[in-house]
Formats: sequence, structure tokens, C-alpha cells
Amino acid sequence: MQFLSTDISLILEKLSIIVVVVLALLGIALYTTFAERKVAGIMQDRYGPNRAGPFGLLQPLADGIKLFFKEELIPLASNRMLFILGPFIAMFTALITGAVVPWGSQLEIFDRTVSLTIAKPDIGILYVFAVVSIGVFGMMIGGWASNNKFSLLAAIRGASQVISYELAMGLSIIALLLVTGTMNLGEIVTQQMAGGLGGFLGWNVFAQPLGFLIFLVCVFAECNRTPFDLPEAESELNMGYHQEYSSLKLGFFLFSEYINMIVSSAVMATLFFGGYDIPFVDEASLSAAWGNNIVAILGILMLLTKIVFFLFLFMWVRWTIPRFRYDQLMDLGWRKMIPLALANMLITGVITLWLNR
Amino acid sequence: MQPLTNRVKVLEPKPLNLMERLYLPNILKGMLITFRHIFKKKATIQYPEQKRPFSSVFRGLHVLNRDEEGKERCTACGLCAVACPAEAITMEAAERKKGEEHLYREEKYAARYEINMLRCIFCGLCEEACPKDAIYLSETFAPANFTRKSFIYGKPDLLIPDPVQAPDDFARAKGQIEERKQKANKTLTA
Amino acid sequence: MSISEILFWFLSALSILSALMMVTSRNPVHSVLWLILVFFAISGHYILMNAQFLAIVNMIVYAGAIMVLFLFVIMLMNMNAETEPQKSKWMKMAGTIGSGSLLLVLVAALRDSELRARTLEGPEGSIGLVKQLGAVLFTDYVVPFEISSVLFLSAMVGAVLIGKKD
Repeated sequence: MQFLSTDISLILEKLSIIVVVVLALLGIALYTTFAERKVAGIMQDRYGPNRAGPFGLLQPLADGIKLFFKEELIPLASNRMLFILGPFIAMFTALITGAVVPWGSQLEIFDRTVSLTIAKPDIGILYVFAVVSIGVFGMMIGGWASNNKFSLLAAIRGASQVISYELAMGLSIIALLLVTGTMNLGEIVTQQMAGGLGGFLGWNVFAQPLGFLIFLVCVFAECNRTPFDLPEAESELNMGYHQEYSSLKLGFFLFSEYINMIVSSAVMATLFFGGYDIPFVDEASLSAAWGNNIVAILGILMLLTKIVFFLFLFMWVRWTIPRFRYDQLMDLGWRKMIPLALANMLITGVITLWLNR
Repeated sequence: MQPLTNRVKVLEPKPLNLMERLYLPNILKGMLITFRHIFKKKATIQYPEQKRPFSSVFRGLHVLNRDEEGKERCTACGLCAVACPAEAITMEAAERKKGEEHLYREEKYAARYEINMLRCIFCGLCEEACPKDAIYLSETFAPANFTRKSFIYGKPDLLIPDPVQAPDDFARAKGQIEERKQKANKTLTA
Repeated sequence: MSISEILFWFLSALSILSALMMVTSRNPVHSVLWLILVFFAISGHYILMNAQFLAIVNMIVYAGAIMVLFLFVIMLMNMNAETEPQKSKWMKMAGTIGSGSLLLVLVAALRDSELRARTLEGPEGSIGLVKQLGAVLFTDYVVPFEISSVLFLSAMVGAVLIGKKD
């Protein structure tokens, strides 16, 4: 079937994957908020939420319903249009980052090979960067349109923080690209799967340990997570850039933070930890024995496991390390991370040149 | 600035060594500490199901006592109201009529007996002042409520259950009072 | 009409409309936001020509970094329609003449260029992909490329140096 000279079944296939990915992201984000509170509790010798449903499993639902039924407040002196646009941009950009992440290899449904990546552009990583840099606008517009000095300060802090750490992040990625030779995330995963010990030794984290460390720190800063959560520093800026927000719009802001965390965990897993690669297992012989679909599903579960590990790391760090001061943040970003990333890039370049001699 | 005493010790912060300046080892150390706390015993007491035991000398809500036949012991002498430092107790005396002998022990009784639980400081002076053993402090506290008025406890709220009509409840309440008395005595002698 | 044609007309209309809105809106913050929309539309055009790298870099550098700095400055200056100072008649005149002559130069330059003789590479073109672009940059244009990279590196080192306390 053709529609405007395009294959309709392809459109349907992509649409269904998009819907599944978006719903999965939202669902995982819902339970990440719950996990965050639970982890916080357990690390502070408490139980965390355990009243709503068995083990408190209905807590995120209760939170969502509460946010949904709160009164919508829009400050009188605010810029109405932009005030509404802010959380929308934050949520939208958080969701569309997942488009280039390879969530799995491919499934065979009804004689059709369905790739589990929504889009495979040549410029995979750069796309992630672009979307992240657009994501700042949600915070900036929301903070400015609130017409509140705390929100404005938080927005400016957040924007300058994200721009500063994007630099080091990009430089650390350049070193990685020197190793992989491609920006396509799917190809990066397949390259890693070819390594020794069933793909385990091929993981880029072994080739780029320093690059991974820099990338990890920058991801923390980009996601505005503690110890870099200056845009939401309660002790100085009350609620930060979402001070004036209430109800669903506040929910959008909070939720986009968690979706950002999930997607950046997925990107980290893809770039440095082999994506959907199952370590110590040779996927090719396994799929010959069990069939492609089962191995693909196992791969998705593996990626989810890696994501959950990174999410736990996010929370673990949050409940351990206190917030940086603003000058310390900038000092770390500009005077430690960027020179380190430059050095890492230089060393990687020299080594790759020497190896490819 | 000149130090006020000669015991002042000036501490020079040592320059950070390499391990400290790397910053990461210390972060890992901190993260190990928080990780260890995952397996520690939880400090929470899950309130409605679990309750923290009261101390032996805890003074809670008041109980107006009865004797074994269910007659109220209070004679509305007013000593408790006088003793009360917070002026939380109000009462109105009345004379016992014919046919009410099974209700009140003596000829005079309290027709109205109110304690304002918002004023009460639970000092227990009323219990000490009472010559008739008519008022006791129990081991519960006033439950939360929405109105101020509901915190003014009248006779129906304060009276111990009737031993004739509800002997079980009376025995339980009485037992609690006795237990509390014993505990308090033990603490005093110890 | 194919999908790419529909998208082309849509993106063209969007870019022209938002460019007009950017020039005419009174609030400078709105102007910046409209300008960002223009950049998005242009990135869309790049993607239609299969120039993925240019599209994304346009988004990262212009929409992502430079416009954030613009927003920064404008937000901090607290400029809005009420506090905007009235410009004198001479300033307006000079502005009109200046921008008019710039338009004239641009039109004349485009008329004489051989751009019109060329046809656009459609979605099948591959000149804008990373590989081809890299090959061109590192063979034909290696000297200007390296010189500009040194410029950027020195700017970065300068920024780090300024950040030093002493």
C-alpha cells in the first residue's frame, strides 16, 4: 500500500514503536519517582512510601492523581503563552531523545523484520546533543515567564550550567568517536558486540574509562541531578525554575527530569556498556539455538537492566553527595573537565593513530 | 585580633594530598557509607500497627473513676480545679436526689465536669489533689480533631465504663490504672 | 505531491512567517524565540536535502548555544515593550537606509551568482552526510578548517585562563 509514495506498513510499524517507547518511558519514569523515594528512604534507615497498595506500589498513581487535581495557577504578571510553553518544551524534548536509541536488535513479526530503533540517522549522537541543547529552552522560558526573580536566577544558572557541561561532554564523545569511527548508535552497539568474552571486552568503557567518567559527570550536570542540581536548589532559590508552577505543568517539569535521566542512562549504556549486548554470551550462536526473537527480547531486558543500574547510580549519588556551590560547579566544568577531556581526546587520537599505522 | 585566652590553638589546614585532590576516592568512600545503610535496621516505627511504649510515668487523658458498684466517686469538691495550674477544669455541683443512690456515692456530685484538653498540661496535680480517688490520668492521649470545641471533654468522655453494665471494659480500664500506679511506684522506689 | 514537497512548502512558509514575526514583535524575548523557530525551519530544510550533519550542527550551535546566550542577555537586561526607549527620527532613518542597502547588495549578489543555474539535490543527495563532508573538509579545505579549529581552541583556553583566580 502506498500513501504519498510511502509504504503505509512502514509508517504503521514506526508509529507503533514510537507509541510503545513513549509509553514505556512514561511508565518507567512513573516508577522511577517511586524508586527515588524508596531508595532515599532505605539509605536513610527509613522504609520509604509503603502505604498505597502492596509495598506502596500504587504510590506513583496517587502522586499523579494528586498533581492532576491540584489547582492550575498562572501568575497574573507572567507571560501566559510562554508560561505554558515552558513545561511543554521540557517534556517534548525529553521524550524525543529516545528516538535514536537502539532499544534492541530486531524482532520478526508476521514475516517482517522490525528494527527496534525508531530512527537510525548517520548522526545519532549529535541528534542527542541537539535535543539536549534545545531542552534548556524549556527551563529558560519557564523560568523567565514566571516573572519571579528566583525562577529567573534558576533558569540562568541552569542554562549556563548545561552549556558549560555540554562542551566537556562533546569533547569526551569526540574521543569515543575516534575509537568507534561512527556516530550511528546502532553501529556502535554492533561494534561492541563483536568484542571478546561474548562482547564484554568490546565495551567502550574499557577503551575509554576516562571518557566515560567525564561523560558520566556531564550527564549528571545536564540532567540537573545532585550534586549539580543548582537550578532547583531549595535552600537558595525555593523551588528553582518551577517555583510558580502547579498541577500538571509542575508534573511535566518533574517528569521530564526523570525521563531525561532514563534516556541518558540508555545513551550511556549504549555508548559505553554495549547497549543491548548480553555480556559473556555469544548472541549469534544463541539466536541459532533459540531463535532471533527470544534473543532480541533478552537483549531489551539486558538494556533495561543497565538502565536500572544507572538510575540507581543517579539516586545513590543524589542521597550521598551534597550540592556544589555555583563557583565550584563552574570551576569543575571549565577548569577540570574540559582540560581533562581535551587531554583524553589527544591521547586517544595518538593511540588510534599508532594502532592504525 | 588578639585572642581572649592563651589556650587558643591555631590550626592550619593541611594542604590536600593527591588522593584527596583527586576527589573521586572520597566520593566512593561516601557512597560506600550510604550503600551500607541499605542493610541497616530501619528506625521507623510503623505507627498504627506498631506503637512505641509509653514511659512508666507518662500522664495522659483523665479518667473519672467509679467504685465497684458503678457509683461515681466525684463529690464536686473543686479541689482539682483549684489545684489545676492551667485552669482547665470546670465543674458544677448538684445534690443527689432520692432514687439516685446507685449513681453517686455521696450526697453531692458533679452535674457538669469538663476538662479543656487544649489547656490541660497533663501535670497530674488534679490526681494528687483528689481526696476521693475520683480522677486518674490514663496512658492515652487526646486524638486529633477538627474543632476546638471537641477538645472540651465532658463527663461522658471522661467517665470510666460502668462495672454493672460493661464489666469487661471496666475491668480493663481499672487494670490499666492499677498497672500504671504500680509502674509509677516502682520508678519512685527505684 | 510527495511528502517532501509538502514538507518543503510547509517549512518555507514557517520560516518566512517566523522571520517576519521575529522582526515585528515588540518583546525582544519573543523575537529570540521566533528566531529559534526560524533556525528549526532551516534545519528542516537541511534534512530535506539529506544534509543531516548541517541540520544538527545548525541546531546545536545556533539554536542551542548562541540563542541561549541571546536569551540570557535579554532576560537579564529586563527589556520589554514598556521600558523600550524611544528612538530618534534620525536613528530610524539610518536603520531603514542601512538595511535597505544591505538587501540591495544581497539581491545583486544572488542575481549575479551562478546559484540559479544549479538544481537542488533532493533527499537522495549525499553531499551533506558526515563522511562526504569530512572528506571535503580534510582534503580541499584543510587549511581554513585547521586555522578555525586553532581559533576555537585558543578561545577555549582563554576562557579557562580567565576563569583562573590569579
